[in-house]
Amino acid sequence: MAETAKAAPARGRSTRGAKAAGPKSAAPPPNGSVPVEDAETLVGYYRQMLLIRRFEERAARAYTEAKIGGYCHLNLGEEATVVGLMAALRPTDYLFTNYREHGYAIAKGIGADRVMAELYGRSTGVSKGWGGSMHLFDVETRLLGGYGIVGGQLPLATGAALAVSYKGGDEVVMCQMGDGTAAIGAFHESLNIAGLWDLPIVFVVINNGLGMGTTVENSSAEPELYKRGAAYRMESARVDGADVVAVRDAARTAVERARAESRPYLLEALSPRLKGHSVVDPARYRTKEEKEALKAADPLAKMALDLEEAGILSHDDRDRLDAEVTAEIDEAAAFADESPAPDISTLFDYTYATPVPGDLRRFPADPVFRS
Amino acid sequence: MATVTYRQALRDTLRAEMLRDDNVLLMGEEIGLFEGSYKITEGLLKEFGPKRVRDTPIAEEGFVGAAIGAAMLGLRPVVEIMTINFSLLALDQIVNHAAKIYGMFGGQTSVPMVIRTPGGGGQQLGATHSQNVELFYSFIPGLKVVAPSTPAEASAMLKAAIRDDDPVLFLENLALYNTKGEIPDAIEDVEPAEIGRAGVTREGTDITLIGYSRMARVAGEVAEKLAAEGVSAEVVDLRSLRPLDRQTIVDSVRKTGCAVVAEDDWLTYGIGAEIAATIQEGAFDWLDAPVRRVAMAEVPLPYAKSLESAALPSAESLLTAVRDTLRATGRPVLENVS
Repeated sequence: MAETAKAAPARGRSTRGAKAAGPKSAAPPPNGSVPVEDAETLVGYYRQMLLIRRFEERAARAYTEAKIGGYCHLNLGEEATVVGLMAALRPTDYLFTNYREHGYAIAKGIGADRVMAELYGRSTGVSKGWGGSMHLFDVETRLLGGYGIVGGQLPLATGAALAVSYKGGDEVVMCQMGDGTAAIGAFHESLNIAGLWDLPIVFVVINNGLGMGTTVENSSAEPELYKRGAAYRMESARVDGADVVAVRDAARTAVERARAESRPYLLEALSPRLKGHSVVDPARYRTKEEKEALKAADPLAKMALDLEEAGILSHDDRDRLDAEVTAEIDEAAAFADESPAPDISTLFDYTYATPVPGDLRRFPADPVFRS
Repeated sequence: MATVTYRQALRDTLRAEMLRDDNVLLMGEEIGLFEGSYKITEGLLKEFGPKRVRDTPIAEEGFVGAAIGAAMLGLRPVVEIMTINFSLLALDQIVNHAAKIYGMFGGQTSVPMVIRTPGGGGQQLGATHSQNVELFYSFIPGLKVVAPSTPAEASAMLKAAIRDDDPVLFLENLALYNTKGEIPDAIEDVEPAEIGRAGVTREGTDITLIGYSRMARVAGEVAEKLAAEGVSAEVVDLRSLRPLDRQTIVDSVRKTGCAVVAEDDWLTYGIGAEIAATIQEGAFDWLDAPVRRVAMAEVPLPYAKSLESAALPSAESLLTAVRDTLRATGRPVLENVS
């Protein structure tokens, strides 16, 4: 279901979906059926997608209750892409993301409780309360950060791939970004360096059709973003982000090529987001009809129906799964709620890794000089 | 002890650190085949090969960011940016990422990298190639900024910077590369400096002169001239702009009762302003005269030699400021310098 830059003839803008719904699938599954895959794996994917959905819904609620501050960008509608991408990685592979990364953290293997605690700004959070929604990080699962500046993560991920290659490791670096990122300088500089130095990295553009409220057609001279790979002699492909198995398979191709040949790859997933850019964005740039069309095309609901039709997951099974997942999220929220805020005495602990002499660790109110 | 140029001290130190630690690699524009625009990396590609001495595209944001990412995974990249003017293209990576990664992820990963970059006017390079923008970096918590003034300091500080687990901006000045000084015969014997410590490079009792990089040397020359006139000037070489060693500055001014700050950048909001404020906070009651500052004229630096020379701070402008300051103290020492 992936359209690769090499295999597929260039398609015109006609392959793009309605503006509101974002890009449509380039190649829908045959007869709308579930792809051939074992039932247990599919249910596993569905459960992860559901977990991310319930997590994000809870995060949105907690935000309106002022339990979460700052910005809060949700993965609603992108769950199939998130789960498919993570399924293609080994636990030892590295991941860099942008600020829309709660789902990635969970699918990479971090507990929903530690992710929620970070959103709540608690010391038990995945970044000890220092990062918040946009800056999740976990050494153990090799999530090397969510980054808040559009495209800031691209040069970093490229450098991580350089380190892997320098040390002769067989890990792959995956670098996720949104479609708006394809327009910035760091995108081109990073893809160029990765192509030039033969680095084991997969750049993944999540094309949800909108950079905040600006359509991809209004921000990119070539809205079929995967085609940019050709400029760096990089293989590239576009995949239907609503289809978890298609995403996984396309990502596997990319990841294994990066691993085996130490060559970068550019993957584009078409994954409209269901809601606004962030929790506080009512998405007024979309019409009512567009919003309804998005809701009707919800990939999670569609997968549930497909699984039911294929006799893999009954309606009752689904309800049971939902109750189980909801309970997990309830526990995560309770954990976050009950966790302590970071202690004020730790305020100066994370400015420098190698301690500095002098007065820098003092509080502003402390006297600076010996009398 | 051996007498070497500032350039040679840097090159020998890079080489020694690469021999000591396989994780040290060099990245930058023209550092390999071309052997460096200022020949700091001469011979290193031949010795270490292209894996460890990497020519980069002329794309500062990309390769500086790549060095940061490599450092997150345990390498110790030493990046050369051809001039500090070009570092502005990498500002997002340096300020938003190198400086913040340790903090915003709760100390889970650090960024052990060095960015070496020269600056300074005096070469008739015009407005965009003659700036000293160390202030931008000195403002940012999470970065360390050093600006050594002698070959010995350059070697000791570069060792410390490479071994440090934080991102260090290592500032050089084009005017210093050919200056000479003594360092131990064996580069291995150079003790790494303590980043964050200023040095009192000349002791004195009448006035404190404070500078860094080129202006620390100029302050030394001015102190010599003053000595010939019977004025005892103390010279403080900041060496490190962040962290800033406020205590050494304050201790010196409490001893001498007056100070002149010399900086090679613009005056307004500059590093001299921070030093003057530090003195005001820590030595106000000891001051016999207002703190004066000597800096570059506040203009985009012109190309024409006559204008450029007039814009740059010099020994003469520093000496004038010293005389004015001493006069303002009303101390007897005045007689010697009129």
